[in-house]
Amino acid sequence: MQTEAKTRTSEWIEIGTLNDIPRQGARVVRRKDGDIAVFRTLDDGVFALRDQCPHKGGPLSQGIVHGHKVTCPMHDWKISLDTGIAVAPDEGCAARFPVRVEGGKVFLSLTPDESSPNK
Amino acid sequence: MKERLVVVGNGMAGIRTVEELLKIAPDKYQITVFGSEPLPNYNRILLSPVLTGEKKFEDIVLNDDAWYAGHGITLHKGKEVVGIDRRHRKVIAKDGTEAAYDHLLLATGSTPFLLPVPGKDLPGVIGFRDLRDVEAMLAAAGEFHHAVVIGGGLLGLEAANGLLKQGMKVTVVHLPELLMERQLDAPAAKMLKKSLEERGIKFMLPGVTKEIIGKHRVQGVVLQDGRELTADLVVMAVGIRPNIELAKKAGLYCERGVMVSDTMQSYDPRVYAVGECVQHRGRTYGLVAPLFEQAKVCANHLAHFGIARYEGSVISTKLKVTGIDLFSAGNFSGDDQTEEIMLQDAGAGVYKKVVLKNNRIQGAVMYGDTMDGTWYFQLMRDGTDVSSLRDKLLFGQGHLGDSGHGDIKNRVASMADGTEICGCNGVCKGTIVKAITDKKLFTLDEVRAHTKASSSCGSCTGLVEALLASTLGGDYSTAPKKRPLCPCTEHAHDDVRQAIRAQSLKTMPAVFTALEWKTPDGCNKCRPALNFYLLVAWPGEYADDNQSRFINERVHANIQKDGSYSVVPRIWGGETTPAELRSLAEIAEKYQVPTVHITGGQRIDFLGVPKETLPAMWGDLSKAGFVSGHAYGKAIRTVKTCVGKTWCRFGTQDSTTLGIDLEKMAWGSWTPHKFKLAVSGCPRNCAEATIKDFGVVCVDSGYEMHVGGNGGVKVRATDFLCAVKTPEEVLEYCAAFLQVYREEAHYLERTAPWVERVGLAYLKQRVVDDAAGRQALVERFRHSQAFAQIDPWAERAKGADKHEYIPLKMVG
Repeated sequence: MQTEAKTRTSEWIEIGTLNDIPRQGARVVRRKDGDIAVFRTLDDGVFALRDQCPHKGGPLSQGIVHGHKVTCPMHDWKISLDTGIAVAPDEGCAARFPVRVEGGKVFLSLTPDESSPNK
Repeated sequence: MKERLVVVGNGMAGIRTVEELLKIAPDKYQITVFGSEPLPNYNRILLSPVLTGEKKFEDIVLNDDAWYAGHGITLHKGKEVVGIDRRHRKVIAKDGTEAAYDHLLLATGSTPFLLPVPGKDLPGVIGFRDLRDVEAMLAAAGEFHHAVVIGGGLLGLEAANGLLKQGMKVTVVHLPELLMERQLDAPAAKMLKKSLEERGIKFMLPGVTKEIIGKHRVQGVVLQDGRELTADLVVMAVGIRPNIELAKKAGLYCERGVMVSDTMQSYDPRVYAVGECVQHRGRTYGLVAPLFEQAKVCANHLAHFGIARYEGSVISTKLKVTGIDLFSAGNFSGDDQTEEIMLQDAGAGVYKKVVLKNNRIQGAVMYGDTMDGTWYFQLMRDGTDVSSLRDKLLFGQGHLGDSGHGDIKNRVASMADGTEICGCNGVCKGTIVKAITDKKLFTLDEVRAHTKASSSCGSCTGLVEALLASTLGGDYSTAPKKRPLCPCTEHAHDDVRQAIRAQSLKTMPAVFTALEWKTPDGCNKCRPALNFYLLVAWPGEYADDNQSRFINERVHANIQKDGSYSVVPRIWGGETTPAELRSLAEIAEKYQVPTVHITGGQRIDFLGVPKETLPAMWGDLSKAGFVSGHAYGKAIRTVKTCVGKTWCRFGTQDSTTLGIDLEKMAWGSWTPHKFKLAVSGCPRNCAEATIKDFGVVCVDSGYEMHVGGNGGVKVRATDFLCAVKTPEEVLEYCAAFLQVYREEAHYLERTAPWVERVGLAYLKQRVVDDAAGRQALVERFRHSQAFAQIDPWAERAKGADKHEYIPLKMVG
């Protein structure tokens, strides 16, 4: 049991290549516990957030990506991709998931970041 | 090391500049502020309500000590700067405190001008400028009975009203025959005098002060004509003088104020100046709105962006006396080249005058009912041609049939705190007022950011502006003269469009570089706008940027609240066949569409389609002969028609065929906002053509064309463009109108507000009078259609943009 728990937290899943995600865009990783949006910024930063706006649950993956932010398509909330936190004066947070790029491949962990306030 | 910025003056202008600077370059400077008053930064325009007792000092504090500390600003309260050593770049305060600068900002404000009459230095003779003056007035009101206010201008009357409220007997001595002669004409000034007299203020008009008398304290005022007034307190409000002694002593060139350029720089480029102490293009200002515009420009240059210019302010005035409504702006007196439209109802206490020159508003003065003041002011600043509004102009915006708000000001004032203002976001009056006072909000944009009110459909904008005006007092200015496209830039929509054409900017990065965008890749506001502007400017050359489109346009369907999509196929002119309906029914069943709805534009809407299914469904629709209905886009939507003379006994022309032809010509075109059309076969107008962006009403002699209608949040009936004889001409005029709209309207501006902004006369000139110009417009529209009329659904059914419709991966 112990080992299983351990592997779960450190498990990285290959989800595709960097080129699969459009620049200034996002793709969705579908899972039972709720979709995860994987974003790629203009400077090729890759970020993963729960695909739910903290406001009314809008799909962040469908928003416009600008700088290191995404604007939710439902009511224009802006969410910071680095932290998952809504840009002031709005208040709220989308859970962040660890993601890394190696050799052009994108790896995602399905366990939200410890420091993420809204797991 | 950070550069050092020293600010002399802890008032509204100086600190507003610092706030603007912190917004755009928070880490650039180490900032030091000197203020001669031993107080935090407060809202000077709200001193009048403090005097009347309607507000307390704490209510008008803008930035407390914690704000300065939080931004690492060194604040020297109660230290008056007495010298500037420009050679060694430092300032010296009275107590010996010194501060070195790389850039210096002078915001020393102004002082009340004291008449040079005998007795002016007696105790009890004061100006009306700062909190000390207000405290002196309040103290006098507690102890004495008689007050004389010298000066019947804006400030003098506010002081008189405040002293009256505090229980004093007040007499106003004013040199000219009319009150507020710089803001009001004779009828308005007389109405104002009458209602102030009814409250108990006495007037000496014209009254020339000869002498102020008294032994140890003021005891009276003697006028030139020999009259003598008892006075325990004399308030001088005859004007203000910019504080320029410090600048003068430092060798900076001054006339009436510190001379500044359009970049707010004095003759020493390291020294900037803003607010009431400056003279710009020969003018000095004593109101708050211009100073905010100056602060923005100054901050822009201090941040080394170097793209903003201050070109002077057009100002309007309101009196902050509760229960008295007056408004004035611009040239309200008129001259031999102007015309006046006037409305006077002495019984109801209402007077309105609008001064026009070549059908453009030059100025306005209003008394009693000032609700439309901001509207006239906007029309004046925009230089809108009002010829089509003339007959209704004085009755106000509420009578244009487009606003539906009625008497905004009274409505807002009488609303309970729990009344919902913004229906889209559920924001109540109390929430907005609280945000304005607690968070010190000054502008519509700030209220939008903090409360979300008026940030969705915008129909409550007028109400929110009225709330801002009533909460902040009279100096609230509706909006800057030039509105930047978005916070990423200082440039307005028109400037950006002009630059795109003039400098042949053909990609978005080219625009960002040439116009010095502040962000690397824009934002959700400017990117869609720029994408559209580039598309219109360079048809066939510019590659549409999908990532800069709102989701609906990116995936060619309407996102619904649950993340599913809706699909609306085009049904030309709203006419269909049993075979078409049969195939639509089969497709709906095949994809198990949860809801099928008939839209207001005579189309069939499939709701609740999962994103992954869209391309397959479009493939089937395509096979059945359907193309995208663009119900999701800022694009040509629908052409609604009636059956016309083919069937209807009243029909005068074949409205259905004309509708279909219009739709076949126009479909696929991207427009600044959605664009709807209709063709009615007779004046009974069953297709509701007079609330469309472009509507045709058939008559026996031909076709009447109407533009700028809207049936949405604000119902607006169309304006009549012109009548033509043949359907071919309708197509031609429609294409020309569409192209002017595409080339010149701001992104996300519907035709209704656009027509009001540019004026119907202008559009008639472009589309009707100028035949060669119309042909050129039609040519450009046809050219752009060659690249636009490609069915996006068919392309995607064949595999285009595949990644948009499938998940990257399925896990767990």
